[in-house]
Amino acid sequence: MLREDGFGSGSTRDRAVDGATVNGDAPLTNGNPPIRIGVYVCHCGTNIARTVDVEQVTEKAGELPNVTVARDYKYMCSDPGQEMIKEDIEELGLNRIVVASCSPNLHEETFRGATAAGGLNPFFFQMVNIREHASWVHEDRESATEKAIDLVRAAVQRVRHHRALETRRVPIRPEVLVVGGGIAGITAALTLAHAGKHVYLVEREASIGGHMAQFDKTFPTLDCAACILTPKMTQVKAHPNITLMTMTDVVKVEGFVGSYEVTVKHRPRYIDVSLCVGCQQCIDACVYKRGKFEDEFDVGLSKRKPIYLPNAQAVPQVVLIDPEQCIQFSSGKCKQTCLEACDRDAILFDQEERVETLEVGAIIMATGFQTFDARRSPHYGYGIYPNVYTALEVERLVNASGPTGGEVVLRDGEKPTSVGIVHCVGSRDQKTNPWCSKVCCMYSLKLAHLIKEKTDAEVYNFYIDIRTPGKGFEEFYQRVAAEGTHLIRGKVASVYQQADGDGELLVDVEDTLAGMVRRIPVDMLILAVGLEPRADAEEVRRTFNITCSGDGWFMERHPKLAPVETFTDGVYLAGCCQGPKDIPETVAQAGAAAGQALALIDRAYIELEPNTAHVIAEDCSGCKTCIPLCPYQAILHDDAENRAEINEVLCKGCGVCVAACPSGSIVQNLFEDMEIYEEIEGVLAYA
Amino acid sequence: MREKADNTGPTSHEEFEPRIVALFCNWCTYMAADLAGTSRMGYAPNVRVVRVMCSGRIDPQFIMHAFARGADGVLIGGCHPGDCHYQEGNYKALRRFRLLRRVIESLGIERERLRLEWISASEADRLRRVADEMAADIRALGPLQLSIPAEDFASAEGAGAELTSPRIAWQTAAKEVAIP
Repeated sequence: MLREDGFGSGSTRDRAVDGATVNGDAPLTNGNPPIRIGVYVCHCGTNIARTVDVEQVTEKAGELPNVTVARDYKYMCSDPGQEMIKEDIEELGLNRIVVASCSPNLHEETFRGATAAGGLNPFFFQMVNIREHASWVHEDRESATEKAIDLVRAAVQRVRHHRALETRRVPIRPEVLVVGGGIAGITAALTLAHAGKHVYLVEREASIGGHMAQFDKTFPTLDCAACILTPKMTQVKAHPNITLMTMTDVVKVEGFVGSYEVTVKHRPRYIDVSLCVGCQQCIDACVYKRGKFEDEFDVGLSKRKPIYLPNAQAVPQVVLIDPEQCIQFSSGKCKQTCLEACDRDAILFDQEERVETLEVGAIIMATGFQTFDARRSPHYGYGIYPNVYTALEVERLVNASGPTGGEVVLRDGEKPTSVGIVHCVGSRDQKTNPWCSKVCCMYSLKLAHLIKEKTDAEVYNFYIDIRTPGKGFEEFYQRVAAEGTHLIRGKVASVYQQADGDGELLVDVEDTLAGMVRRIPVDMLILAVGLEPRADAEEVRRTFNITCSGDGWFMERHPKLAPVETFTDGVYLAGCCQGPKDIPETVAQAGAAAGQALALIDRAYIELEPNTAHVIAEDCSGCKTCIPLCPYQAILHDDAENRAEINEVLCKGCGVCVAACPSGSIVQNLFEDMEIYEEIEGVLAYA
Repeated sequence: MREKADNTGPTSHEEFEPRIVALFCNWCTYMAADLAGTSRMGYAPNVRVVRVMCSGRIDPQFIMHAFARGADGVLIGGCHPGDCHYQEGNYKALRRFRLLRRVIESLGIERERLRLEWISASEADRLRRVADEMAADIRALGPLQLSIPAEDFASAEGAGAELTSPRIAWQTAAKEVAIP
């Protein structure tokens, strides 16, 4: 398979230095068919042709040794472009193809396909990236053209040494891991489960639901978040194809697409999940007569006991104990009234952390976001003045299941008569986060509407721009404006508390439409905090070996055409871990991620690039240098023959052993020494 | 625009545009170069990218070969430490790079001509900065002047081969290698 084109088995390195050039159709070595290369230079409309002189590149390519035909065409990836390659192979007897167009990440598969359609092995093809690496990054036509010619020459020289190769097929495990149980993870898990795939849904909190479970109404339709979310949460719990794991962290990910080994750590909740029915009698029985500790779900606006239910609609509907707060854990001397109250003996003070390994074929990341910490912009007074709130806190206040039963009241219980909402807190701000968090305009308008409805207060929105690009969004904005909410365009400069004003706040703002500085007194100020990557996003992305973009969000494989894929095959993105999104977008993306995962695992196998390494047995001295270098333990030493052997099933094709082999006896398919030497020479050969 | 007919002759610095061979790993730095393209982030056109799957694939001889064949500089681009797609190939690249830089200096090649940079798939801006810096540095240095004729330098590539010989391989390989 590897050497059927008959380049002979001599050391590849010999060819690097013997300087054998190939002229015209002369055979490269005795007994081999003459090399006949077709070179195709793409205009990509004007994307390439505007900066690179495509005709000149084609003309120069036609003069290179072994090039039988060189053509340029407006869109090589189009059907006629591909057809041209196929016909030339058949009519001109081409046996190597070079296409100079965009990045191989986009169209290498396309042109390998065209090469195969013409009857050649698809690996008798080399792609040249003259768009991303030339026309799009250089202004000067002359130097961009010169560079394109160099790159084409390199590919022409390289492709002469290509061999016929076959892709490898490896089976894929059908299970999928979904990381994060917010609306993104829930949607992805349910989609896959409905398709009959087994899903492990891992959530680090005690309940699934994520941020959406904390919201009251959702914009712009004002349907209740809980009403649309909780049925999905219970479906997750009930679905036979979903294994739900809460209070669980992913600690290690090994393996590769189709066969990931994921180590998860279950943190103890000190409750037997299989026994607890969520009756909450233990909570009533707790020695703490009333809540003492900040309730995380209510963002600190209410108090809970050390034993608690995460929230009223928690899934699973199971309590947990916080060992840092429970007297039994700190002193060991609690009366353990909870234990007595539980008639199902579900409380386990000695429950321990448990580690488990899951085997999955694909992974969907749905780890979400965190809201901006408003203390980082101290001029808004959050954490200083009690009547400055974050929007998430107000979501809890307006929520009927929240700490005030849905009453919008200040910390002293008074109803506010005037409320300010500051947009873009921690968004579009060079001092904090430069991006637009996308959802704040709409949720601010929603809060304005809800507060007006509940309190009849005067509501002031302080905005930089109102951004309403979405179905029904602009209409909602018009509706809220018509309701009498004040919309003031300008950044808030500072917030003060009146010295004698019962906590009344003064907001200094430049009204850029009125052209004046205004001072507006409000009882309550709400900060529309932006969305940002979770604090541990960097750690998480390392665990899963994916990439973050510069701003810290997980990076998609392609911003347009692969928005849910990552650079790591088999790992997909859903929801706000990839960037700020509203709920409909999150759900759509989660569905897309589930669809991509399905497309992967439903085929039951994957075809891998044949870029593995193998040992030329007669050249190997058995020095064992390569063996400890391999990160996949793919190289073994044959003691009887005293030589190394590579297991090509385990080999992932990094080539680290090839570079280290002292005798040059390891060859990496598609990246043979000779191919790389020729490429280097090609870019350096002056025209 | 390129006056240099061979890399031993004198060349006017004004007209000199360095030729830089960039050996980029497929997963991080090549992706960064693609992102620079899609973001239309212009950088010095002197850089010619040769793709390898991993920076750990880069044989020191590739670099010697590039210098022998007329490169004025060689840029190695790989994933940040800890981010290698193949776990730790970039560490192998780093070890080889450090050793090779000593070798090329002993051959009279200025250290600025060989550079290794960790550039992740999202760091198009960093790629631009590195490419521009390197082009400017080497433009200031002038064309590579080999102390021995280029045709003889091919044999000096043996110096690169030395790095992978069993005698030295232990330095570039993992600790537990047995030296035969």
